[in-house]
Amino acid sequence: MAYSNKVVDHYENPRNVGSLPKDDVNVGTGLVGAPECGDVMKLQVKVNPETGVIDDAKFKTFGCGSAIASSSLATEWLKGKTVEQALAIKNTEIVAELSLPPVKIHCSVLAEDAIKAAIADYKKKQDEAKGVQPAAEHAQPSA
Amino acid sequence: MKLPIYMDYHATTPVDPRVLDAMMPYFREKFGNAASRNHPFGWEAEDAVEAARKQVADLIGANAKELIFTSGATESNNLAIKGVAEMYREKGNHIITCVTEHKAVIDTCKKLEKQGLRVTYLPVQKDGRIDLDELRAAITDKTILITIMTANNEIGVVQPIAEIGAIAKERGILFHTDAVQAVGKIPFDVNALKVDLVSISAHKIYGPKGVGALYVRRRNPRVLLAEQISGGGHERGMRSGTLNVTGIVGLGKAAELCRQDMEKDTERLRTLRDRLNQKLHENLDEIYINGSMEHRLPHNLNISFAYVEGESLLMGINDVAVSSGSACTSASLEPSYVLKALGAGDDLAHSSIRFGLGRWTTDEEVDYVVDKLTKVVRRLREMSPLYEMVKEGVDLSKMQWVTH
Repeated sequence: MAYSNKVVDHYENPRNVGSLPKDDVNVGTGLVGAPECGDVMKLQVKVNPETGVIDDAKFKTFGCGSAIASSSLATEWLKGKTVEQALAIKNTEIVAELSLPPVKIHCSVLAEDAIKAAIADYKKKQDEAKGVQPAAEHAQPSA
Repeated sequence: MKLPIYMDYHATTPVDPRVLDAMMPYFREKFGNAASRNHPFGWEAEDAVEAARKQVADLIGANAKELIFTSGATESNNLAIKGVAEMYREKGNHIITCVTEHKAVIDTCKKLEKQGLRVTYLPVQKDGRIDLDELRAAITDKTILITIMTANNEIGVVQPIAEIGAIAKERGILFHTDAVQAVGKIPFDVNALKVDLVSISAHKIYGPKGVGALYVRRRNPRVLLAEQISGGGHERGMRSGTLNVTGIVGLGKAAELCRQDMEKDTERLRTLRDRLNQKLHENLDEIYINGSMEHRLPHNLNISFAYVEGESLLMGINDVAVSSGSACTSASLEPSYVLKALGAGDDLAHSSIRFGLGRWTTDEEVDYVVDKLTKVVRRLREMSPLYEMVKEGVDLSKMQWVTH
């Protein structure tokens, strides 16, 4: 399959690969996908609790070039956004930016899910730190 | 060394220059129709076809009269299976095959199932080979055909063909084998193996695309096939259509070259393949060979690189042509059904690479591929959340994954 130049660029020079301390109360971690499906994304955000702005974002992805590019792009977009702005990122924007073909749309969906899961984790931790009972079970895998 | 490197010889092979040279006159001055019986143009073409028939027969220990030329192995498989099913309808309605067969066999069997035939798809063991006891147990008095491939196109695993042949013979059941990946590469003798029908393809043995053959036993027993393409009664009435003289000449020459060079080629390729395997194992941990190493084509290697997805791996070695069992590289978006059948888990199917070495593979190319792959696997593992989790001591099989 021929990839767009942007996908190739993110694959060859992925932005923000790595991990943030997952026990930090200001860090939210999203882990989505499954090995048997061929893609797993781990996306983390570090939020400034004073301003609600995402200071840092990191990812690690097991998946095809489009999955790597989608998560790499997501971390780029997340930095500097508020939590609420981050939640507004749509997978279709990732599709458009990377010119993903139809068979690769699920990669962008996974990236959107990863963003939502990371932020949900962050909010849950913040609530717990403030002693608030969690409203509902968040979509988080447990080891 | 020229880039890109071709290491996908199971998919297809380049035409050997000696094969092309043999074919050329039949495009030009010797263009006759082999069925023209009343002039020298036809005679010349017919002679060439018969010489090629002999060359192919010699490669598999058959009589030239037992070979039918086709458009390729997909047609050969269709003709063998559908031809038997139709011809022996009175005798029975049950076919035995295996889950790791090529789609040309599986899809043909599925079509026959829709028409009311019964098909048993034998599972394979961890090493990719069928269990002979399961084969014996699957046979009924309605079984008319066993069709099991000689060597698998993805994992290169060679099935116990002689043993299957003996079982089929003892029970009076016809035995067809798709031998596309094996003929010309490893010794293959229709009588020693007791096979009744054999599918062969030219483009897998350094011949041209679009031509193949089907061996149809004429004695002990005499196998009959219902024609699947009608018109003119060519090829003993089993396959009509003007003969592809140039292609057939190419197939014949390719077969002759394989017979001449098999021993030498096999040894050379086995050494190269083992070098590839050994070096990859020296450089990388957690890599797994798919299928039996003992019963395997000498030029095949199929390895899963754990925690790295196959398509992203291919992207990183884009000057090397290999293929992957990953879902992302298949049209169906499903991981390889062959690797799944080995029972190793879908995650390893997604991480697999098939290497097919061939007549022009060099030491230098093997070393280049090892180097490049090592770098890419290491880079992608640094980027892999799975690798990180495993290093932290997480048992991936106990994780609850969030899937769609």
